[in-house]
Amino acid sequence: MVQQTTEKITLAKGLNLGLRKAMEADPKVLLMGEDVGKLGGVFRITDGLQKDFGEDRVIDSPLAESGIVGTAVGMAMRGYRPVVEIQFDGFVYPAYDQIVCQVAKLHFRSQGRIPMPMVIRIPFGGGIGAVEHHSESPEAQFAHTPGLKVVACSNPVDGYWMIQQAIACDDPVIFLEPKRQYHADKAELDDSVEPAPLFTSRVVRQGDDVTVLAYGPTVKTALKAAEAAAGEGRSVEVIDLRTLSPLDMGPVHESVRRTGRAVVCHEAHVNLGLGAELAARVQEECFYSLEAPVLRVGGFDTPYPASRLEEEWLPDLDRLLDAVDRSLAF
Amino acid sequence: MDGTAPASPGAGFGPDLAEVFGPSQQHGGPELVQLLTPEGERVEHAEFRFDPGPGVAEDEAIRGLYRDMVLVRRIDTESTALQRHGELGIWAQLLGQEAAQVGAGRALRPQDFVFPTYREHGVAWCRGLDPLKLLGLFRGVDHGDWDPKDVNFGLYTIVIGAQTLHATGYAMGMQRDGVVGTGDPDRDAAVIAHFGDGASSQGDVNESFIFAASYNAPVVFFCQNNQWAISEPIERQTRIPLYQRALGFGFPGVRVDGNDVLATYAVTQAALQRAREGQGPTFVEAYTYRMGAHTTTDDPTRYRLSDDVESWKLRDPIARVEAYLKRNGLAEQSFFDAVATEADELGVRLREGCKALPDPQPLDVFDRVYAEMTPELEAQKAEYAAYLSSFEGAH
Repeated sequence: MVQQTTEKITLAKGLNLGLRKAMEADPKVLLMGEDVGKLGGVFRITDGLQKDFGEDRVIDSPLAESGIVGTAVGMAMRGYRPVVEIQFDGFVYPAYDQIVCQVAKLHFRSQGRIPMPMVIRIPFGGGIGAVEHHSESPEAQFAHTPGLKVVACSNPVDGYWMIQQAIACDDPVIFLEPKRQYHADKAELDDSVEPAPLFTSRVVRQGDDVTVLAYGPTVKTALKAAEAAAGEGRSVEVIDLRTLSPLDMGPVHESVRRTGRAVVCHEAHVNLGLGAELAARVQEECFYSLEAPVLRVGGFDTPYPASRLEEEWLPDLDRLLDAVDRSLAF
Repeated sequence: MDGTAPASPGAGFGPDLAEVFGPSQQHGGPELVQLLTPEGERVEHAEFRFDPGPGVAEDEAIRGLYRDMVLVRRIDTESTALQRHGELGIWAQLLGQEAAQVGAGRALRPQDFVFPTYREHGVAWCRGLDPLKLLGLFRGVDHGDWDPKDVNFGLYTIVIGAQTLHATGYAMGMQRDGVVGTGDPDRDAAVIAHFGDGASSQGDVNESFIFAASYNAPVVFFCQNNQWAISEPIERQTRIPLYQRALGFGFPGVRVDGNDVLATYAVTQAALQRAREGQGPTFVEAYTYRMGAHTTTDDPTRYRLSDDVESWKLRDPIARVEAYLKRNGLAEQSFFDAVATEADELGVRLREGCKALPDPQPLDVFDRVYAEMTPELEAQKAEYAAYLSSFEGAH
């Protein structure tokens, strides 16, 4: 039975509702992480879920990230679908070995006999004035790893659907949530509208002059930039990539063939970031359509700065528009 | 400074730890559970006794353990020989650890689940896994070609200690499945996690202790302390006997003579039973010795004395059972001859079977990365297939 609901929700609420739906739909879905139970997570994404589903299904874990992911591997082997929360992006590294050597490889190692239907939720990106290790964008490390799938949501409605789709996926999914957006904008959720498949990109604003590729927190930046550019008579198309591994290049290639220009925008460091892969694939497929080199706007190749500098360090509307101008002027 | 840990942290911080815990390396001592001496004498223990279960005669059970150990040793020596002949790329030897593995392996019930390292050939044997299946990984034709669900025996894990967390998570799953502490012996289940003395230093192993203790998970942590982590002696990993660490995590630890198959069986059986009944984790330290090299690529003469190895030969796990059976007239010569013949037959099967293992094909590598293959990997596979087919008919 499809439940008809239409309400204005934040990204945090969308994720919370999505997790609830997934837990209602499948008793094998378990949540685990630090503070996800009574507290509802430091960002309140799991708010109220332990109360309704019990301590066996919403598990407050000891403070050890490798332990969280490693035990989730064992639970997946036993037939469960664990959804683990890494409290902040910068704390995923203690679990890196379990993610890269175990989660990513078990299906391959076992010749398909051990599926790993696990979701690893990571609040990522900056802009919340936090101390070190709380504002990072580690997506390229996981997108580079065969065996993982990596997605990033950018808005409340996608958050609601994508988390359910990720949980239903039989492969391990690194699920990136732009923490800056958790409690920011609201959007209307109509539960009766069929969502797009998980591993697809989407044109979120149409334009003719240049294509901007964004995901997670930079989708909002790109949309603002497109709005500002429109005021100056420039038509910017914005694509929300949504899936980072696999990449869904179809809409990207189609767009770049029309515009002849592409700019990638992400918060992660530019060097060997997603932008490098996107640029390579665009030039492979759209070589004769390109009017300018593919440009990249992102975090600088430094560690994340102290928070009073983060608004300068992060790619913002002006830096993105500057890149759009350079592309158009090439 | 020689880098050796002091015996005691110094005055003013409580009792002398060396006195409380004893040294990390101690062959005997009151804490070592032993039921069969190296000379083949049965001895009593206040807490543990050898009980092969209802309907099984003790003599028959001991003959069975002897047979297991002889055959497991043959798997090991045959595989070492296969590596020397170039048929295996590498082999992780278990020589000297047969009793620890067979004792632990035979204490399991069918519904229990095993998480091995890459050296648990003896446990694999007890689970009924065809030993030929173990060779694929070492020959380089696969990463482990068996279905863990068929024999409740996980794939070999090469990252040291990573499997102890999987074991703990699996045990947490069993708790949620309602197969712990029901009182039904055919239903209640436990997990055993194998690892070595070197792994005891890993963060994952220590985290698994914490998770297992916190959730009271039905898992037995079975550590074969074979004294060596490649070239590093046990003293580099610990200042106190390993089994004592369990107390700090909040569950019992037991040190058993890992070269005594009866004691290892008895202790593991008791630990598994605790777990099945819902009493939580136990740490078992099977005190043994790696008689061979770490793997066939290792050269132990560079870092240990042959005197050490010689002294451990006197504690051989198979010789003591043989002495016990013969001295007490519990087995005829025909029994020993039959086991030897069976070992020879197994050797032939391994030699021939190893060479017949099919090589993997280049395009196979793409197929099992994901449950649902990605379009981009499909494209890469197709491109490579087209590239390969361009050589067809060429010389």
